[in-house]
Amino acid sequence: MPVSLLQIRRLEGSIRVDFVEKNILDEGNLHQIEQEIRTALEAEKHPRLLICFKNVEHMSSAALGTLLALKDSIEKKSGELRLSNIDRRIYEMFVITKLNRLFSIHDSVEQAASSFSTK
Amino acid sequence: MNAAKDILHIERRFYGLRPGLEELQEEFANGLLRFGYDEAAAFAIRLAIEEAVVNAHRHGNKGDENRCVQFRSSISASRIEIEVIDEGAGFDPCAIPDPTREENLDVPSGRGVMLMHAYMSDVEYIAPGNHLRMAYCKPSRS
Repeated sequence: MPVSLLQIRRLEGSIRVDFVEKNILDEGNLHQIEQEIRTALEAEKHPRLLICFKNVEHMSSAALGTLLALKDSIEKKSGELRLSNIDRRIYEMFVITKLNRLFSIHDSVEQAASSFSTK
Repeated sequence: MNAAKDILHIERRFYGLRPGLEELQEEFANGLLRFGYDEAAAFAIRLAIEEAVVNAHRHGNKGDENRCVQFRSSISASRIEIEVIDEGAGFDPCAIPDPTREENLDVPSGRGVMLMHAYMSDVEYIAPGNHLRMAYCKPSRS
């Protein structure tokens, strides 16, 4: 089994994901990251996923595509996706592609966690 | 001063992407430091190289590791030039749907070319579209 590229924590009512690698570029890695997250979400009826980008220094358009695919799957289960701690240069990629309008992006993990809808 | 010493040429031939692309990025990053490029330039160029080489391999060469992606570049104190050539049939870059249009926002692919245009000073596909030429001009200090 390959070494995990993520740190996945189950919090009260949500799942938090942190990246181990500082570069999220390689398609093989992206595929593994997507599978690890999908496995973590599998049992969730209405998944609430918080992805923290604190350690991430570089991303590619392929990583943006992976995030969109995850968002789509989560929303199909009436779940919610939050992103936090995105480096300002990477955030610029979201702005250029206008994906900042599609994702719920927060400065900190705390802000992201408190933005989940209350049930 | 020897003018040839003031230009660093980096060339590679890729048949697969990894780990060759990481090694290229590492060498390029060292070249950028040597010629005084800042972190913003390093981020832009790393992204543009990643998108260009991955596109050439995945879309141009259809992921075929028997086909070659040629990478040629030069770094000087004021300008970086990069060429990426694949063995595919080429494509019409104008035919790529605008990923920022409302109806395309949630489509997972099609943002690589747009990001290269955003971060580089010049981006040009030479017909039939399997030859990419791009340049980055170091911003002058005000």
